[in-house]
This record gives sequence, structure tokens and C-alpha cells, in this order.
Amino acid sequence: MTFEQIKNTLKNKIIGIAGAGGLGSNCAAALARVGVGTIIIADHDKVSESNLNRQYFFYDQIGQSKSATIKENLNRINPSVHIIAYDVKLVPDNIIPIFHNCDVLVEAFDLAGEKEMFIETVLLNFPDKPLVVGSGMAGWGMNELIHVRKLDNMYICGDEVSEISPDLPPIAPRVGIVANMQANVVLEILLGGEGKIVK
Amino acid sequence: MRITLNNNLESFIEDTLTINDILERKNFTFKMLVIKLNGALVKKTDYKVTSVQDGDELSVLHLISGG
Repeated sequence: MTFEQIKNTLKNKIIGIAGAGGLGSNCAAALARVGVGTIIIADHDKVSESNLNRQYFFYDQIGQSKSATIKENLNRINPSVHIIAYDVKLVPDNIIPIFHNCDVLVEAFDLAGEKEMFIETVLLNFPDKPLVVGSGMAGWGMNELIHVRKLDNMYICGDEVSEISPDLPPIAPRVGIVANMQANVVLEILLGGEGKIVK
Repeated sequence: MRITLNNNLESFIEDTLTINDILERKNFTFKMLVIKLNGALVKKTDYKVTSVQDGDELSVLHLISGG
């Protein structure tokens, strides 16, 4: 497949990303670069200085809403990608209308409890949609532990062991690896991998 | 019974066990979990009443903070 063919396949696809932090902002950047047609992304936070060790924002964007800022940054990468950015805290009631027409969903939250809520909501309401989850990416080094595990049409990216703590922060390299791994799984599904594609 | 747990074959002496029993046996003590039985989500409140039988496929996903 040439890059032109890849772009042609991707331009009609819609990807939903829950969260625009370390996973979501970097995963979205990779998908914007390869030309996914529409990216729907939601986050209710503002950019803070502590985010800049891993998230796709810049120093002069501190204090701005992540949803508006990620839209701006993604369109600076690729103006032809349609970005729909919601400045909302995702809860089961709004996850359904926001993401119902996505081809693939990406779980990109920070806290385990939010990850659990999103996955449960998706499995209950959209059991046939492919779902790409990030779990376990704190610290540095140990590339060899990071993997993708497939459970039906759910894909878990990460090392599934390293939990964040004051001594084990989430920082750019490992978070970026997992975010790009999630984008890579999305492409595998959209470009004819093993995943089931539901529109 | 023999079941598939996270894509691996597992044998238990009993004919049936609840999801809670299996979590205990396998030392899955994590707080944030998502469990699928034969492809469908099992709600947390149903762990102690949902029984797992021979041939079932059980997936346990442990969620870890960070992102």
C-alpha cells in the first residue's frame, strides 16, 4: 500500500479518543499525520506545566483548554483532518452520543478508575466496536515489557504492571511509545488487520 | 472444568465456580478490573453470582493508572 492509498482508505474513517493527555494527545498526533479523516477527542482539563513532560502541548499554551489546544495543534500538523474536540468530563451518559459513530475507540485516560468506567461503558453500549486501551507505562526503560494483548476486539497496549507514583512518574518516552502503539493498532484495524470494523 | 482464562487454558477440580472464586484462586486482588465472560462484560455487582463453567472463555483486565 502506498501512502496515497493509505490516506485514501483513512480519509473516511472516524476515530474517537477519550482523553487528550499523554496518551490521547500523542495518539491523535500520529493519526493526524497519517491522515485519518475525523478525530473526535474529549477532555475537560487545562494545559498545565506538569503536562509538558509527555503531552503534545507547548509552553506558551499553559492555562488553555486541552480540547481547543489539541485541535489547534493537530490542525497545524495536518489541516485536512476534521477535528471535533469536546471540552467535557466524560461520563457514561455523554460517552454514548459523543462516540457512537466512531469506527475505532481509543481509551486515553490517566486514572485507572476512569479507564475502567470508559471500558465498561463501551463494552455495554458498543460491544462490537474495536477498543484500544493503554495500561501500564510509568517510569523509563524496559522497552521489552511493553506489548499489545488482544482480548476479542479489545486491544491492551502497555506493560500492564507499572503504576504511576511519586517515584515512578509517567514521562514522555514510555507514554509516547504506548500512545503510538495505540495509533498503530488503530491503523492495523482500519487498513485491514484482524480487527472487526463497525461503522 | 477447563476454561480459557486470558487466552490460556486453566483447569479447576470443580464443575463450576463464580467469578469471585476464580479471582480469589488466581490471586487477582486488583481494585480496577474489567471482566468479560464469553465476550460480554460482567458487571462488578455480578461477580459473586455469575458462574463459570466448562468451556467458558474468561478475560480479566487489570487497569493501571498512567497516561
